Amino acid sequence: MSEEYADEAPLVRPYALTGGRTRAIGSDFPIEAVIETTLAGRAGKGELAHESKAIVELCVSPTTLIEISSKLTVPIGVVRVLIGDLAEGGQVRVHHGEQGSSRPDVSLLERVLDGIRAL
Amino acid sequence: MASVLSEVTGEVVPLAVKIVVAGGFSVGKTTFVKSISEIAPVTTEAPMTMASVGVDDRALTPGKTTTTVAMDFGRIALAEDLLLYLFGTPGQDRFWFMWDDLVRGAIGAVVLLDTRRIEDCFPAIDWFESRGVPFVVAINRFDGKLPHDTNEVREALGIPEHVPIIETDAREKEEVKMALVSLVGHCLAVA
Repeated sequence: MSEEYADEAPLVRPYALTGGRTRAIGSDFPIEAVIETTLAGRAGKGELAHESKAIVELCVSPTTLIEISSKLTVPIGVVRVLIGDLAEGGQVRVHHGEQGSSRPDVSLLERVLDGIRAL
Repeated sequence: MASVLSEVTGEVVPLAVKIVVAGGFSVGKTTFVKSISEIAPVTTEAPMTMASVGVDDRALTPGKTTTTVAMDFGRIALAEDLLLYLFGTPGQDRFWFMWDDLVRGAIGAVVLLDTRRIEDCFPAIDWFESRGVPFVVAINRFDGKLPHDTNEVREALGIPEHVPIIETDAREKEEVKMALVSLVGHCLAVA
């Protein structure tokens, strides 16, 4: 590999942040899931690794997975694993409505339709 | 629906929903998202290099100098506790692996169509049909011209009567809004 390419390569492989794991227990939530830091998470953030600490700090104001990934410039899959760990540790809560992986129900669709019409 | 409040700040924790904007290469997906989003669409657009010439067909779109190489998204607050995200699908075939993640739990999809290159949206339509994702087809009027009528387009696409085919102008907020209204209305009709 030439010097030129070596300069462009990331210093750390993305999934090194997760110990090589690409899945975490309970981390199968959608990219628009809203992540919220808990009181316990805010109190204990000093013990967290750099990226997890950044997530806990950012999500004091509830933030979606996709925006966390975008703001911290960490790939979505990596953020998902880190959030899975934080959620298991009680440091964050993950909100994604009742619909899970199925489509939004009629009452939610009606709210969305009214909201778009009012734009 | 009772609002959830943040444990730390007492702020409302919003619910977020999403709509996917699909279609062929350089059909106007990013423009469509940009026209209605409250935030500048977050995009990783990089100038195409010589390496992508021949991979991405630029023959019909010579004015286009950048292309979306990762997903881009926009956001609209529909209410204090309800956010709508719009996701533009990656334009090139080599990003198909991201589609499952984009579409899971989505309200539905707007398939943007350029009538000069109808066949470009076949893969997206096949994909949504095979997974039961509700969609509408929105013909993007480039330069105000619409060379085909919607019946011809329906025939060319081979999609059933109940799937709406509408006209849009991805540059105009009101037109984008009407395309989204059409999609959500269709989703309600098939729900």
